[in-house]
Amino acid sequence: MTQIMEGSHAVAEAVRLSKPGVISAYPITPQTHIVERLAEMVADGLLEADYITVESEFSALSACLGASATGVRVYSATTSQGLALMFEVCFNAAGMRLPLVMTIANRALSAPLSIWNDHQDSISLRDSGWLQLYAQDCQEAHDLHYIAYRVAEDHSVLLPAMVCFDGFVLTHTYEPVDIPGQEEVDAFLPAFSPYQRLDARDPISFGMYATPDYYMEFRYEMERAMQRAKGVLKECGKEFGERFGRDYSDLVESYRLEDADTALVAMGSLCGTVKDAIDEMRGEGKKVGLLNLRVFRPFPFEDVKKALSGVSRVAILDKNVSIGSKGAVGLEMRDTLYGTGIEILDCIAGLGGRDIRKRDVRRIVGLAEAGGGDIFYGLREEVL
Amino acid sequence: MKELRIHGRGGQGSVTAAELIATAAFESGMYAQAFPAFGVERRGAPVQAFVRFSKDKIRLRSQVYEPDYIIVQDSTLIGDVNVFSGMKEWGIAIINTERRIESEVPEGVRLMTLDATRIALDVLGVPITNTALLGAFAAATDVIHLEALERALRHRFSGEMAEKNVKAANLAYNEVRGGTV
Repeated sequence: MTQIMEGSHAVAEAVRLSKPGVISAYPITPQTHIVERLAEMVADGLLEADYITVESEFSALSACLGASATGVRVYSATTSQGLALMFEVCFNAAGMRLPLVMTIANRALSAPLSIWNDHQDSISLRDSGWLQLYAQDCQEAHDLHYIAYRVAEDHSVLLPAMVCFDGFVLTHTYEPVDIPGQEEVDAFLPAFSPYQRLDARDPISFGMYATPDYYMEFRYEMERAMQRAKGVLKECGKEFGERFGRDYSDLVESYRLEDADTALVAMGSLCGTVKDAIDEMRGEGKKVGLLNLRVFRPFPFEDVKKALSGVSRVAILDKNVSIGSKGAVGLEMRDTLYGTGIEILDCIAGLGGRDIRKRDVRRIVGLAEAGGGDIFYGLREEVL
Repeated sequence: MKELRIHGRGGQGSVTAAELIATAAFESGMYAQAFPAFGVERRGAPVQAFVRFSKDKIRLRSQVYEPDYIIVQDSTLIGDVNVFSGMKEWGIAIINTERRIESEVPEGVRLMTLDATRIALDVLGVPITNTALLGAFAAATDVIHLEALERALRHRFSGEMAEKNVKAANLAYNEVRGGTV
């Protein structure tokens, strides 16, 4: 049933319907409303889960890791500094092949302190072995959790997954969201069936020592699982579409790209504003389109290359920066499009919550057409 | 698509007001989006919240810079914040004040004032003006119906609190309908 609700509550509903056995999280702005609502659901008996309260994000994810190893579905949520504190546990969970699902309410990293949105937090964990999905609206933020559990728990994948959605811009926005019934969700997302689990009667260990003779093979197996995840994402996204009417079978979403000369590339909530700007520019005869990277890990090289095969230039809106290099999306695009002759402009934009308007999108298209070099877009003039 | 910007001070319920209007619009069959300006809110500090309404799905995520409507919960904000910034020609400004403020309002803005603080104190016993101003918004625009607003209020609040807020909204609605915009 479609209801109007806050994005954070839409995510909490998806978690409730996914029936995790253990939840552990530490509240941090702008993730707080998700975990507050889940705590209420557990206290009110609407969700039968152990809600483990902890003193830090490090402990929250550690509790989830341990619980997952015993064979239950687990959930956590965090953002920014909280995710930074989880850094070590993130790599452990992936290396132990535990299918945790965690929501990232994307926020900038300190210092200086910023509670506002960009993608620096999750992007900084791009090498950790977690799948990363980015939601463009509250409905997608809800839906992608079911897909994340299905894919993460698939025995051909067995890697943890982050569902990333923009802090404040989506977490604190009220808009209509279709919440499916429990039976429909159960049919799509059956109970977790662990590949192996901790059991005192049949002892095994996770994450043990690997000497130089074996460590590389473990990493290679993770890479292979990540590549297999592409196919599983497509299958699950297609099945989700058949069951719920919202199709996620493509790892990338193409918007008006068919005959586009210039393609914008973005992730997350910015895609909505970009689409509106594209419609305006199309009305003026400008051939522009959008590539929405819904999946950043595994990076969909083939899908991106195919979707952009007809364009002359690409302008990337990167809500993160690898200081000393480029934006993370820009780097992937340069790799993907190497040798195609497509011109690439990487714009670092919207860091720390800087608002991006339709007029900014139009200006960035203008910059791409003019053939300028990579920039931090929209800086205050006094620093130039 | 129509856009509303709500100006208030922290603690006056601007974010709740935005959510209630969006809920009422949704219940009236429209698509709606409500969100706060993500500032460093403190009680008493200037805050903003935004609502968009449309018959189609709303994709735009930037803040509201060119509103069709504004609601100002506290007219003392007018000196501190340019509440009229970017308003569309003949946009409607609903302002809570007991003063005459015509001279402070730019040309091309349709002004509607009411003493929402008095209504709130009379009905709720506290100077929280948001629900009275929502009643005024329903009366001054065709965006939401009073009945839908009442349903949204009863959904948000319960028992006596719900009925008091419905009464505050109704008093403001009738006061505005009785006057001219």
